[in-house]
Amino acid sequence: MKRRLYANLQRKIIFITLLVSFIPLILLGVTIYYQFAQVFKSKIEEQIAYRARVQSNAIELFLKERTSILLAMADAYTFDFLSDKKNLEKIFQIVNNRVGGLIDLGIIDSSGRHVAYVGPYDLIKVNYYSEPWFREVESKGVYVSDVFMGYRRVPHFIIALQRQETNKRWILRATVDSDVFEGLVRTAQVGKTGDAFILNKAGFYQTHMRFGGEILSKSDLDTTIFGEGTSVIEKVNANGKKVLYAGRWLKKNNWLLVISQDAAEEMTRLFNTKQMEIIIITAGCILIIFTTIFTTHMTIKRLENYDRKMNELNAQLVHSDKLAALGKMAAGVAHEINNPLAVIAEKTGWMEDLLTEEEFQNSQNLEEYKKSLHKIEEHVERARKVIHGMLGFARRMEPHLEDVDINKVINETITFLESYARTNNISIINELSSDLPIIASDHSQIQQVFLNLLTNAIDAVGKDGTVHISGLSNNSEIAVSVRDNGPGIPKERQAKVFEPFFTTKKSGKGTGLGLSVSYNIVRNLGGTITLESEEGKGTTFTVNLPVVIPEKK
Amino acid sequence: MYEFSVLLVDDEKEFLDTLLKRLQKRKVKAMGVGSGEEAIKILKESPPDLVVLDVRMQGMDGIKTLREIKKIKPLVEVIMLTGHANVEVAVEGMEVGAFDYLMKPTDVDELLYKLEDAYKRKKIQEQKIKRLEDEKNAG
Repeated sequence: MKRRLYANLQRKIIFITLLVSFIPLILLGVTIYYQFAQVFKSKIEEQIAYRARVQSNAIELFLKERTSILLAMADAYTFDFLSDKKNLEKIFQIVNNRVGGLIDLGIIDSSGRHVAYVGPYDLIKVNYYSEPWFREVESKGVYVSDVFMGYRRVPHFIIALQRQETNKRWILRATVDSDVFEGLVRTAQVGKTGDAFILNKAGFYQTHMRFGGEILSKSDLDTTIFGEGTSVIEKVNANGKKVLYAGRWLKKNNWLLVISQDAAEEMTRLFNTKQMEIIIITAGCILIIFTTIFTTHMTIKRLENYDRKMNELNAQLVHSDKLAALGKMAAGVAHEINNPLAVIAEKTGWMEDLLTEEEFQNSQNLEEYKKSLHKIEEHVERARKVIHGMLGFARRMEPHLEDVDINKVINETITFLESYARTNNISIINELSSDLPIIASDHSQIQQVFLNLLTNAIDAVGKDGTVHISGLSNNSEIAVSVRDNGPGIPKERQAKVFEPFFTTKKSGKGTGLGLSVSYNIVRNLGGTITLESEEGKGTTFTVNLPVVIPEKK
Repeated sequence: MYEFSVLLVDDEKEFLDTLLKRLQKRKVKAMGVGSGEEAIKILKESPPDLVVLDVRMQGMDGIKTLREIKKIKPLVEVIMLTGHANVEVAVEGMEVGAFDYLMKPTDVDELLYKLEDAYKRKKIQEQKIKRLEDEKNAG
């Protein structure tokens, strides 16, 4: 019952401790992780947006540089001058030396006819009148086209600008080197999965993507979701991966620079952090579990121990209370019996007196009378001895303190019993060390105790055996053990041996008071008396006596 | 025939009567009373030589009676009778001035020896006093 109570308590303590340890720990872990993830994500977004911004500025600058220098050329020279192929070649050289990135340069008159051309292709005979960009440049003056296939059947884009001379309009047209341009865009491709590309308003690729997405094919990105400035969106792509896109409009909102980043790649660090956190928290939890179980177990064990000791103490208290009550009762009984006993003794004596008179001397049964009276006297004496024992048990024994040499006491006691032991072929072996300290105690009371213990030991052995006496001492206590090799005391009887009138001896042989008297004496002397017994092996009584009797409270 | 007279004091009547008879059978001049108060009365009227006094009695107990006796007749010797539990009381009695004590149940012969011893002491005491008085008178 008690054991289950403790097991229950232990479970409860462990459960509550774990609960209050785990909940905050896990809560803290989760909160910190999400906070961290949020910050981390916004940092990544910021970073990708920043890259988009920087890159778009670079691209804008690239286009502007080329447009500006072409504008400057067109402003500086006349149609006639530039129509001369040599002049145009020179200009082309200057421009490419200064800024580079142009493949060819051409002068086109208002009818769309190529007047002069410098470049690797044979385009001099081409008429651009029907080309879409031709209309655009006519209306806008300066035009940077989307990428298109053109006559060359190669994706490219052009910068075209229109000039107005007094009586004629002409157009300066340059093809931008796709390799250079794409190289510029590509510098924004970072990491293992980072991509950078340009879409036109309708969502067609203007540059090569790093992975998939052929130039001039339609992107599955909806360009309308990118707003003013730099916007960052997260999308799941065709492969089911989360991808971060940062978009920024270029070229007067005609082109969209998109920088993409596999979210997973950037999140790897976050994932590592998460992993680490989980490991730490798990390790912490395991540690907490073990510590909790261990400490709870210890605590409960200690509690149980205290409880058991308390119970033992209580049992002892009850035991000594019982003995005290029995003592009082014994005293009362002894008194009540002693008086009638005295009367019986007197009456018997009187009868014996009368038997000496003459008339009885002739009685046939005189001897029988005498014998009977003698028997009565004998048994009165026997009863008297029992009462003597009872009163000895009951007597308030204020110890009379003197120097007691235990060795001397034991030796005296052995002398008393030696002949009795020898007749039963029992050897008493004294193994007391001679250096036991002199203690302050009551000589005659201690003698009585050892007399009782030795008598019991001898009686227990019965015939042919040994009784050992051994002693130990430390600074405050001496312990003397009397060990016999008799039959031992059964477990269920061991608790009873100190109770008055409990005896295992034959009726008439023992009063059952010896051990209870001894118990009281030793207790009054501030000591303890204990027994250890194993059936079939023998019994050991150990008397612990303080070197100095403690002060009575 | 013994010279001395004895007063037995015990509230256990059966015990008293029997002991009385046994002493008388041994030619002891003995009489008995059942309480301390009666004992004091007799002591005042016709004091015996010796008193055998039970320690444990109803009313006036042994020690009180003893003190009273020693006050009235200091020369009367007293032997205490006691149960075993009263050894301390008996010892106290000795301190107050009892000659000796005996434990109940008593052996009548032992009692007789004690009585003889007590009477001897009484005699010695009386002689001492007599001598002192003689010396005083002579002086």
